[in-house]
Amino acid sequence: MPKEVVYSAQIERLQILGPDGSVDESLAQGTLSDGDVKYLYEQMILCREFDEAAFKLQRSGRMGTFPQNKGQEAATLGAAKALRKGIDYIVPYYRENPAMFLHGLPMHYALLHWMGDERGNAIPANLSMSPICVAIGVQTLHAVGIAWAFKRRKEDRAVICFFGDGATSTGDFHEAMNFASILKVPVVFCCLNNQWAISTPCGHQCASETFAQKALAYGMPTIQADGNDLFAMYKVTNDAMERARAGGGPSFIEAVTYRLGDHTTADDARRYRPAAQLESALKVDPIIRTRKYLEAKNLWDATQQAAAEKKAKGIVHDVIGVAEKMPPQSSDDIFDYMYADLPPELQKQKQTLRTDSIGMDPTQVGLQPPRERDTTRGKPMNAE
Amino acid sequence: MAKLDLVAAINQALAQEMEADERVMLLGEDIGVNGGVFRVTDGLQKRFGPDRVVDSPLSESGIIGTSIGLAMAGMRPVPELQFEGFMGPAYDQIVNQAARCRSRTRGAFTCPLTIRVPVGGGIHAPELHSDSPEVVYVHTPGLKVVMPSRPYDAKGLLISAIRDPDPVIFFEPKRVYRAIKEEVPEESYTLPLGKAQVISEGSDLTMISWGAMVSVCLAALDQMPEEASVELIDLQTLSPLDVETITRSVCKTGRAVVVHEAPKTAGLGAEISSLIQEHCFLSLEAPVQRITGFDTSMPYYKLEKQYLPDEDRIMAGVRDCLAY
Repeated sequence: MPKEVVYSAQIERLQILGPDGSVDESLAQGTLSDGDVKYLYEQMILCREFDEAAFKLQRSGRMGTFPQNKGQEAATLGAAKALRKGIDYIVPYYRENPAMFLHGLPMHYALLHWMGDERGNAIPANLSMSPICVAIGVQTLHAVGIAWAFKRRKEDRAVICFFGDGATSTGDFHEAMNFASILKVPVVFCCLNNQWAISTPCGHQCASETFAQKALAYGMPTIQADGNDLFAMYKVTNDAMERARAGGGPSFIEAVTYRLGDHTTADDARRYRPAAQLESALKVDPIIRTRKYLEAKNLWDATQQAAAEKKAKGIVHDVIGVAEKMPPQSSDDIFDYMYADLPPELQKQKQTLRTDSIGMDPTQVGLQPPRERDTTRGKPMNAE
Repeated sequence: MAKLDLVAAINQALAQEMEADERVMLLGEDIGVNGGVFRVTDGLQKRFGPDRVVDSPLSESGIIGTSIGLAMAGMRPVPELQFEGFMGPAYDQIVNQAARCRSRTRGAFTCPLTIRVPVGGGIHAPELHSDSPEVVYVHTPGLKVVMPSRPYDAKGLLISAIRDPDPVIFFEPKRVYRAIKEEVPEESYTLPLGKAQVISEGSDLTMISWGAMVSVCLAALDQMPEEASVELIDLQTLSPLDVETITRSVCKTGRAVVVHEAPKTAGLGAEISSLIQEHCFLSLEAPVQRITGFDTSMPYYKLEKQYLPDEDRIMAGVRDCLAY
């Protein structure tokens, strides 16, 4: 038998809204209405304001380490717009505040998380999303499990899982892709390729030309999208979610975007990132691009911009107030959520934290009465 | 009443819980068509279908990670990891994800899953098929760890584990799988997690063990009935520990011997010794003895008999403790 091609594939890339704000009308058809774009643009402004405010909170000592989201607003908002609130499910990592907010998460939850307060993860059940996930790649498997539960119960729901370019190097990512495609569960893998995993550029993360092509090995529909293009991100996500809901199984999206900030507030990207690269990335900032589009269509002007910025500042100010004015957690909370029923030893430890803090309650030691010395066997411990 | 071995008792528990609760599902490598490498899940796929008894890819982290998602979304997954030596790839998901799920979300999410794992040596298995890593998971807050020693207990404990609202690691001693047959009621029943069982009462010395070692302890004690009256405690649940039962007994007897397969240093015996000195200091007649595996890699099976505590080592330890 001669050699023959048994498999071949191509990776498509979708862009609908160009960096200059011009739109491909035919591709844009049936995607976002003018009203949608205006609303999402206002959300972008709000999320950017939140992001910069969170950065300042960290710098002024009012919050712990924070990973800025800026630059990824179009990718996350465009994707989240394709979800049905409270029905479809978001499994995020930690640069998807805009998607989580659009899906209904009160904004102070994200602040609480980075303020070192677990209540930021206590997401109300009706919101249909899991909390911020700091470990890389692990949540891709949880997303598959959640989608699997939806499928088992025949619920009309699908899951979108976000992760970065770095996560595609983890074993869990590949195990998740494999499980998802074998089980044909309703999950969309959305890789936010922001070019950097802390200091590792995506070209050092893997040797393939795209991240999208990783899905080919799992027999999964896959596409690359301009992640700074609201229209393209909405379109590819909507297609993938519809396929998932219709029983078509998982899909993969590579959203090519850019991390405009440092990895986190604990990082200084100037140590490794060429200044010119950041400069050119700033020119394709999704917020600028979306504004150009709106202005070209006479849907937006400077007055509206000023009003939107003012409104965003007000909202963020209030949100910070809510987060900072949360009553402090009780030290009991360290214990009370370890198990549904607190085991006796933990009850004791909880008590000691309230009283003397040495970790062992002296009144609990030697509670049983000492027994009579055994003189029939051996010798007492203190005998010569 | 039917006499069942450990394999059959666990199989029955799984079947009854699947019957009783639509949310319960099994997943793991070779557990479906093949019924598991130890046949613990034999016949269950035929009975409950391939959607509820799922042959998974060879992917331990995937098995546990997807189980966590299933549990977060309201299912009751009972994943199997084929051998304890393959827990490594799933360690991150078990310890950093499942165990913390409830606390890091302040109870908004919970992770009710039961991870079944065959454990321990003594069956001439290949490399990485004979270890005793239970203390690693006992040392992880948020998990419960169970290891039955016999069929009756296994059935009741497993049903409790599956119904438990928190993640449970259910270790099944391989050496016991086919070794003990006993009467096991057909109907479903539970045994409480967190409770040790006093197998035999005694007044001279307390012996504490769990899993496959319990039978070895019994065999050792059978050989020295006239030498001492020994109270044997089978822990059954390793986390949370039943401190009350252990310390009440040792305060009564004044002497304690802990027997486990796992390596000695920082094994669960160390924690038990420490609890005993905290609670029974003035009652002790002798230092707590630990009869354990060695601080070595588990040898290949040609030398596993030398590694594992046996009746002779247990008898010698008891005599040392009594003579102190």
